[in-house]
Amino acid sequence: MNELDFDTPRFTIKKPDVRYDKQGDTPDAERSQRAIDAFLRDMTRSTATYMESCIHCGHCSEACHFYVTSGDPQHTPIWKLEPFKQAYKREAGPFRWLYKKLNLTKTVTADELRQWQELLYDSCTMCGRCTLACPMGIDIAGLVAQARHGMFAAGLVPHELWAVAERAAREGSPLGATPKVLRERVAWLADEHEVEIALDLPRADVLVTLSSIEIMKYPASLVALAKILNRMGVSWTLRSDGYEATNFGLFSGNAEWQRQMSLRVIEAAIACQAKTLLLPECGHAYGAMRWQGANMYGKPLPFRVLHISEFLAEAAREKRLRLKPLQGSLTFHDPCQISRRGGATAAPREVLSALGVELREMQPAGDASWCCGGGGGVVTLHRADEHRYRAFQIKMKQVEATGAERLATSCSNCRLTFDDGRAHFQWQRKMESLLELVADHLAG
Amino acid sequence: MLEFARGPALAFSVAVLVLGLAWRIYGIFRRPARIDHSQPRRGDTATGGARAVFAKMLPPRGVKIRGAQMLNAYGYHIALALIAFGFAPHIAFVARYLGVGWPALPDAVTYVATAVAIIGLLIALMNRLTDGVLRLLSNFDDYFSWVVTMLPLLTGMTLLPMPADPTRLAIHLLSLELLLVWLPFGKLAHAALVFLSRWRTGADFARKGAAV
Repeated sequence: MNELDFDTPRFTIKKPDVRYDKQGDTPDAERSQRAIDAFLRDMTRSTATYMESCIHCGHCSEACHFYVTSGDPQHTPIWKLEPFKQAYKREAGPFRWLYKKLNLTKTVTADELRQWQELLYDSCTMCGRCTLACPMGIDIAGLVAQARHGMFAAGLVPHELWAVAERAAREGSPLGATPKVLRERVAWLADEHEVEIALDLPRADVLVTLSSIEIMKYPASLVALAKILNRMGVSWTLRSDGYEATNFGLFSGNAEWQRQMSLRVIEAAIACQAKTLLLPECGHAYGAMRWQGANMYGKPLPFRVLHISEFLAEAAREKRLRLKPLQGSLTFHDPCQISRRGGATAAPREVLSALGVELREMQPAGDASWCCGGGGGVVTLHRADEHRYRAFQIKMKQVEATGAERLATSCSNCRLTFDDGRAHFQWQRKMESLLELVADHLAG
Repeated sequence: MLEFARGPALAFSVAVLVLGLAWRIYGIFRRPARIDHSQPRRGDTATGGARAVFAKMLPPRGVKIRGAQMLNAYGYHIALALIAFGFAPHIAFVARYLGVGWPALPDAVTYVATAVAIIGLLIALMNRLTDGVLRLLSNFDDYFSWVVTMLPLLTGMTLLPMPADPTRLAIHLLSLELLLVWLPFGKLAHAALVFLSRWRTGADFARKGAAV
């Protein structure tokens, strides 16, 4: 099993003999049937509406960072869904009997699924920019997430992604941030930075969650969070029985793992009677918990769910958070799952306004912002580096065009993608965390 | 032949159109609806749905699209609407069956619209055949839908100057009926589906406060 290693330099295999990974030795016929069954389980009314509506106009291609930088028609977002559409037409659509009887649409084969693995995983971050471009309003990113369920059922997931998802399901964290590691980190960080970090309190108003990338790669963000919450006098805690907000079940396409990972956190929040579940600087964790958490739980959550940028914006608005001015200019990279797809585009701007920094927006920014290229699990796939680095150049140009002195975001996965891109291109820019900027500018 | 086109063929094609579209939409609504338990950011999901139906008529803000293609699409969609609903003989045809009519556009306007529609459809076909993305996405539906849209325009042109030869008029009517019969089965159904898909996204995304 491959473990993720973010520290050693990466390499790119340009033309490997095998362009796909597989799990297990299931015969092809069974793989394709499992995929079709999973596709059909996701055929809700919304999905069926979208499946019926594509007019093959190709506008979505121009919105996709992977198509724009590769020029490969296969990277057209809606094309990535072809097997999913095929299964719908033949097995679930209103004219399925006609398509099946006359064999107008062929059954989805394991070969096709293998071919589409690269399109559904390596070259889609589920950033949802294509949805903005679609004149029919088809939520292509949402459909890609569903199509990945079929790929997982078929055992045709990129191995790096599968391995971290499996590890997360087994150990509770994709990057080895087990409860033991968490406790050690907390003790070390509290000692090193002389800050009180609440862990495993039986009661707290706010349950704080973390991204494994933060725990392992950017631990200073936990210190920053503790400083802010302590200064604000918030009753908060971390819980070793539910701290990991990262949800690789969602990325890999395993709905059951996604549910288990969400439930750990939800149950921890209920156990400590939290009124607020605070999500870390992690884009997909926001989508997974804020918009899908209650659906995993099967009923409304008995607490509210906030991204850290929303929490900080609210605190600044209510004057519970007082900040020293941040000098100079800054440009902000919008994490797709928080801004465009999450609806929290205004929150980080409110925080930056409270910091008094001169915000120089990229063009475009906010809801139409370009993705960094590392979301949707793509940053974990070494074989996708070539796609990702090409797409990342869009961001580099956007950032440079602002002329801003500083660069910040509110997603550790974006931050990781920027750090990796920076190293690859030897780009003299440092991606900063909005949370850490706030912690560094707390007013006395 | 004209009697056939005006009688059983018309009745058949309208029946297929109505029943086919109804079946296709029923096919969507028979699928299970997933209940969303998340705490909505905004409650006005219906307004969000309606807003998306109209907002998506305009090019998206901040996202580059295929501008020339979209301009062409605006052109031939508007032209087709003007021809279908603004040309005096077409209004008379509807009035004959439904008993309702409305003022017609000057003939010259519909002639210009016909030219715009034909040229626009030719450009659309050329794009589809030459553009890598469109060629990859296209299938039988795209090309056949193009043919059945173009045919009534071409057969309509053969009717000028009026009054038309009955056989040519029958051919024109039959070409329209072919379009009506095909519409529920292929991509031309977007004439109805556009409302459903935009509404769906608009309502779901309004709940999140997300951009459409």
